[in-house]
Amino acid sequence: MTNQDILYKLPYSKPFLFVDEIISIDENGVEGTYTFDENLDFYSGHFKDNPVTPGVILTEVMSQIGLVCLGILLLNESLNKNIAIALTSTDIEFLKPVFPKEKVTVFSEKIYFRFGKLKCKVIMKNEKGEEVCTGIIAGMIISK
Amino acid sequence: MNKEQTIAELKNIVKPYIANQEAFDTLTEDTDFINDLKINSANLVDVILDIEEKYDIIIDNEAMERMINVKAALEIIETKLSEKM
Repeated sequence: MTNQDILYKLPYSKPFLFVDEIISIDENGVEGTYTFDENLDFYSGHFKDNPVTPGVILTEVMSQIGLVCLGILLLNESLNKNIAIALTSTDIEFLKPVFPKEKVTVFSEKIYFRFGKLKCKVIMKNEKGEEVCTGIIAGMIISK
Repeated sequence: MNKEQTIAELKNIVKPYIANQEAFDTLTEDTDFINDLKINSANLVDVILDIEEKYDIIIDNEAMERMINVKAALEIIETKLSEKM
C-alpha cells in the first residue's frame, strides 16, 4: 500500500481532513504533516480577534495522522465498509500554541496493536522542531 | 497457583480501569469485568496485556473472548502457566 493509497482511504473530507502528507510509514509508526489553513472556520471564534488552534483540533490532527493512517496500514486487506476505527482514549499535554498557517509534523510510534486496539505514543512538532504536544492516543476497530 | 493470592493480584491489575468501586470492593470469582466492574471494552485490552506481562504468558484471541469474569481469568492464567511448565 502506497502513502497515497492510505490518504485516499482516510474517512475524512474538508473541513475535517487534517492530513496533508505522509512522510514515512511502516508497521511500527508513521510521520506526517499538516498545515493549518488560516481560513479554517474555528479561528474566527478561538479566540475573538486572536486566532489560536484549539487543543481538540491538535488532538484530532495527532489522531488522524498518528492513529488512523497507521490503523489503515495495519488493517490493510481486512479494512472494509463494515468496520470503523473509533477513538477510545487520549492523554495529551499541550506545550506550545499553534497559530494559523503553521505547518506541524506528527510522529507516532506504535505501543501495541492487539485484539483490535491500537495504542500509540504521539508527538507533534512545529517548523522550528519544537514539541508542541505529546501524549498517548488509542483507538479500536468496531463493527458497524 | 494460590487462588486467593491470584485474585488479589488481579484486583491490583484491574484497579486503574474500573468504574464501579462497590463491585470492586466486593469482588468475587463471579464478578464480571464489563457488567459488574464497568471496565470498558477498550480498557479490557489493557487489562489482558497487563495480565500477560504480570504472569509472562501469551493470551490468544480465543482466550481473550472467554475472559469475561474473574473465574475465567483465573482458569486461563492457570492453564497458560501450566503450559509453560
